Amino acid sequence: MKIRAQFAMVFNLDKCIGCHTCSVTCKNVWTNRKGMEYAWFNNVESKPGIGYPKQWEDQEKWKGGWEKINGKLELKAGGRVKKIVQIFANPNLPEIDDYYEPFSFDYARLQNAPLSEAAPTARPISQITGEKMDKVTWGPNWEDDLAGEFASRSRDANFANMQKEMYKQFENTFHMYLPRICNHCINPACVASCPSGALYKREEDGIVLSDQDRCRGWRMCISGCPYKKVFFNWESSKAEKCIGCYPRVENGLPTVCSETCVGRIRYNGIILYDADKIESAASADDTQDLYQNHLDMFVDPFDPKIIAQAKKDGITDDWILAAQKSPIYKMAVEWKIAFPLHPEYRTLPMIWYVPPLSPVQSQIDQKNLPTEADGVLPKAEAMRLPVQYLANLLTAGKEAPIVSALNRMIAMRSYQRSIHVDGKPDTRALDATGMTEDMAKEMYRYLAIANYEDRFVIPSSKEEMRLDDYYGFQGQTGFTFGNASSLGMTNNALFPARRKETVESREEAPLAEPTHDASGEQY
Amino acid sequence: MSLMKFLFAVYPYICLTVFVVASWIRFDYQQYTWKTDSSMLLSKKSMVVASNLFHIGILSIFGGHFAGLVLPHGLWLGLGISDMTHQWIAIIAGIVFGLMCLVGGAMLWSRRMFNPRIRATGRKNDMFVISWLMITLLLGLMTVPFSIGHANHNDPSVMLLLAEWVKSILLLNPQPELLATVDPIFRAHIFFGMTVFLIFPFTRLVHILTAPLSYLGRAYQIVRTKRRTV
Repeated sequence: MKIRAQFAMVFNLDKCIGCHTCSVTCKNVWTNRKGMEYAWFNNVESKPGIGYPKQWEDQEKWKGGWEKINGKLELKAGGRVKKIVQIFANPNLPEIDDYYEPFSFDYARLQNAPLSEAAPTARPISQITGEKMDKVTWGPNWEDDLAGEFASRSRDANFANMQKEMYKQFENTFHMYLPRICNHCINPACVASCPSGALYKREEDGIVLSDQDRCRGWRMCISGCPYKKVFFNWESSKAEKCIGCYPRVENGLPTVCSETCVGRIRYNGIILYDADKIESAASADDTQDLYQNHLDMFVDPFDPKIIAQAKKDGITDDWILAAQKSPIYKMAVEWKIAFPLHPEYRTLPMIWYVPPLSPVQSQIDQKNLPTEADGVLPKAEAMRLPVQYLANLLTAGKEAPIVSALNRMIAMRSYQRSIHVDGKPDTRALDATGMTEDMAKEMYRYLAIANYEDRFVIPSSKEEMRLDDYYGFQGQTGFTFGNASSLGMTNNALFPARRKETVESREEAPLAEPTHDASGEQY
Repeated sequence: MSLMKFLFAVYPYICLTVFVVASWIRFDYQQYTWKTDSSMLLSKKSMVVASNLFHIGILSIFGGHFAGLVLPHGLWLGLGISDMTHQWIAIIAGIVFGLMCLVGGAMLWSRRMFNPRIRATGRKNDMFVISWLMITLLLGLMTVPFSIGHANHNDPSVMLLLAEWVKSILLLNPQPELLATVDPIFRAHIFFGMTVFLIFPFTRLVHILTAPLSYLGRAYQIVRTKRRTV
């Protein structure tokens, strides 16, 4: 057994209002640069819809992620030899139009235009060529709030095994939001696809990063990631991806997208898992077992044996404490209401999702929907969102775990309603879903109230403990036009490497003896 | 110093020195700029055909030049390949891979010239280097009729002179006079070819030096630690 800590998130889709604040704050911080105009480390999709880039979930088209061939786990796009053969032109690479042609508008025209009877218009300008565009035909969220015709939206891969035609009718329409970022997978296909070894997973917190110096732009990771969350910066010719806001996370702060989420749907925390189980977990024969395998990798942070092993593997006390208080552990393992996105890609993704409830209030009021024991809350199967759709999204099509999670969320509501409306607790719904009153109260606190300190339990990475001399880098790098902060890359440098850390005494100064007592009297 | 002496006794060393030293400096200090500079994301149409033709063609041509000119002459004789056979192999391989490279390169060149996205986002440097490679290639293909002419007269002497000259350069004993009698088209091709080495470190060509062959023997997953491993 080898215990590792993973920085993970849960997105509570039940509360996502699709406001795109996460996308905008992320964009402003990380991707507002030339070459990255089209890239959204965080985007919010309206489902059902084909998403961003177009039909990213269709792995027969993009060949992202892993598959099991002859009992062995292999990249879906082919192994190492095939990658090298295809290196001159990756046939699975998306084109920028699969995302969208980035555009701005000719705003100056609104002020410069000569006096005319018709109002002047600001025409779109391509951010690639700088030329005027006739028409914007696609964007990062073209299908927002179910825009567009059903025929286009219904190409959504999550309609697999469903009679989707019935959802074309207005009465049967359903809708949910799906915010997406890099999943910081435990078995990342992007890392495995990278010929130069530039992508890597950090041992300490599991954040997956792209080394900008080592990346050569072979562009295999772009198609290798089944979530299409590694982007090709066409200006620098390097792969860029969500960095999990590691400069913030290392200091105990939530990611920008999580911090700014107005719906308070995002939870950040760490979870401990057994790194020896990665390969067997990802190699399940049946894709529907992957969710359970993934769950079984997580270890109980309260178990003394686990704690002892974790300490042996270099995990410090405050990280173990954070793992015990982790909202991720509660939602994924204790309550089982959160699920990984598309576990069938076998990458063991670490951004998990609480499925949305979608009751139809007027139908309940008219007593047209079957309800739970309390006669008020609808049964999970009677929701507007088909359970099969959620299952295709979150459990490789297995409905039982989704129904169980929805039932627990309904039971929690039923219980709270009985307290607040009837004045006395009614535990019938809780009993039916195997919940205790304490669990329901805690779920209420985490899901409904969602206090800042409950949502974000992030231990700092203790850089001050890692560095011998944490003032050593002070004042070493300014603003330059070269890479002045680089120490040079190779062991056999052409020029002598710069010695950057200043010398400081390693001996600790003696503590001062007290010279006065509390009243100020001299000793 | 005659032009001949400069071009074929001094210039080769300038090119090789700049090739090695400047590549090293760039690799050491500017790895962020060390990349393929792929533009496939912006325009994928016909790239699979064009890029494969170009790359397979040009790498094979490079390999052919290396085998024929740099590897010792005795090696081929030892393997039972006579000079005439050698020359015919070179002619046929040169035509096949040269035409592959020409077709692919022409497609890439016209894409860079006429595709609005590639034209708008490309650098002058990119246009220059593909143009230079294509001129060098055309000059190389133009030597083929001369080689066939010599071969038809059972005369491998020009090929041997060229190999002799390369050897003289690599052994630091430059003998430009060896090229005095060869057809001028060979000299033009050699000049353009040497210049490729000169411009190499300042262009996207550097990505050749980091061809990721180590991927073939690597574990799929990479985990890095921040802990110091002294």
